[in-house]
Amino acid sequence: MNGRALLARGGFALLLLAIGAFALFPFYHAVVTSFRSGTELFSPALWPETLDLSNYVQVFTQLNFGRTILNSVLVAAAVVGLSLLLAVTASYALGRVRFRGRGALMLTILGVSMFPQVAVLSGMFELIRALGLYDTLPGLMLANLVLTLPFTVWVLTTFMRELPKELEEAAYADGASPLTVIRRVFLPLLWPAMAPTALLAFIVSWNEFLFAFTFTLSAETRTVPVAIALLSGGSRQELPWGLVMAASVIVTIPVVLLVLAFQRKIVSGLTAGAVKG
Amino acid sequence: MRDDDLGLARLRVRAAWLFLAPTLAVLAVVAGWPLLRTIWFSFTDAELIDLENYRFIGFANYLEYYEGEWLGLLADPAWWRAVWRTVWFALVSVSIEAVLGMVVALALNARFPLRGLVRAAILIPWAIPTIVSARMWAWMLNDQFGVINHALLGLGILSEPVAWMADPDLAMWAVVIVDVWKTTPFVALLILAALQMLPADCYEAARVDGIHPVRVFFRVTLPLIRPALIVALIFRALDSLRVFDLIYVLTANAAGTQSMSVYARQQLVDFQDVGYGSAASTLLFLVIALLTLSVVLLGRLRLGGESTR
Repeated sequence: MNGRALLARGGFALLLLAIGAFALFPFYHAVVTSFRSGTELFSPALWPETLDLSNYVQVFTQLNFGRTILNSVLVAAAVVGLSLLLAVTASYALGRVRFRGRGALMLTILGVSMFPQVAVLSGMFELIRALGLYDTLPGLMLANLVLTLPFTVWVLTTFMRELPKELEEAAYADGASPLTVIRRVFLPLLWPAMAPTALLAFIVSWNEFLFAFTFTLSAETRTVPVAIALLSGGSRQELPWGLVMAASVIVTIPVVLLVLAFQRKIVSGLTAGAVKG
Repeated sequence: MRDDDLGLARLRVRAAWLFLAPTLAVLAVVAGWPLLRTIWFSFTDAELIDLENYRFIGFANYLEYYEGEWLGLLADPAWWRAVWRTVWFALVSVSIEAVLGMVVALALNARFPLRGLVRAAILIPWAIPTIVSARMWAWMLNDQFGVINHALLGLGILSEPVAWMADPDLAMWAVVIVDVWKTTPFVALLILAALQMLPADCYEAARVDGIHPVRVFFRVTLPLIRPALIVALIFRALDSLRVFDLIYVLTANAAGTQSMSVYARQQLVDFQDVGYGSAASTLLFLVIALLTLSVVLLGRLRLGGESTR
């Protein structure tokens, strides 16, 4: 290997190192901070000197974070379940059947996913209050459907379109009804696409802030992002940073683990949703 | 036989509409109706505390001439500052993300050991909730104890600590940095997916002909992945025009860093002025709708010849 090639290799390794460091350092720094408290926080540290878990204990005992996490999980699970349930039949119709107005419908659904959240905020507020769902978890489930349903339908439709035509023809020839065809033929084939779609929808709901911040009031209905945004110390100047970071690490680790486990599938889900659209 | 086929086709179309009905009904309830109500409220003087009693006041929330003075959203300098700030943010952050995303995608497209690991690592910023990212960076950018000031002082780049959030201009750059950190992975992965579909033979030909890699990039790679790049950047641009969470938490809802969404929510919720806030929301919706529509129309014209789908 000559000098230039060696230099190029070194440069490439440095570039990868820089990318990795830029991507990971903030989270790493949050983990380090979460183990420190009091005056320790006044001097920045690169390594954790002690494994002080008091911040983590405090997050659950003082802040009732268990309830908050449960709220977020309940909302996200309901939103994902409903979105998938609705999207399976809708994506069959949009992906496998030719009918007039299909293109316009697809564009409308894509358009809804472009909605700025504030554009539906006052109308949604009125709706949720009229239904008696203000400051309840079902209210948030309803609101979050705006964010997850269009994209779930879109991703499953692009997947549905790729499946070979012969599949259903044989079933129809045997006299099966469309609903049977979906259940018996397509549902088993859809599972690989459903897992990443469900995960992406889960992340969207888990991270949602504006609706949860506007449509809930009490500590009992708070979701994770709202609880973290509202965490404050005695005054605005002195936030309990160790505590904030501990809470942040707790809510991030499950998502990060899920993302790492489904890494490849997420990438294909994202590209199906974006590139083919 | 033909009659049977026709009957089957008709049966399937009827089933299709039946299958679509629940989804369309839900979308009408959670998206269509609230949007129409928001637009309607923008023509009224409704207040959040009592949404049942309001008057229709026409375009007064948008623009009104009252006792020798122009009033309303379109005459509000704070609104226009929020508009230009949001547009500036979208342009700057999406441009940086395009360049960095391209660099990351090209790097990850090369073969090297541990490639899967690096690809997984860059997904982490994307998965972290925006609120958490905002908090993590707010702590790193803390003027007294933040690690960034500490490092810059230690390296001799700064002579005294910088109060990142005190100055609105600096704070907007901080918002850009965090946004770039969080969303470059998305752009990079979309570009990477496009890169991996490129035919290998034209690169082989270019290599045999001894063409410089930089030239190959601009002459071959860039034109071929342009469609995917444009789609990724449009998604990002629409996303950044709606920015709310990041700015709201990172800069603690300061007046000097409000985006259009932050401004609209403040009018709507903090000041309880549903009419005025809805007017701001409606304008933001119009901007994004027009942009989306023009993109879709342009995309159709361009893609019309290539694909029948």
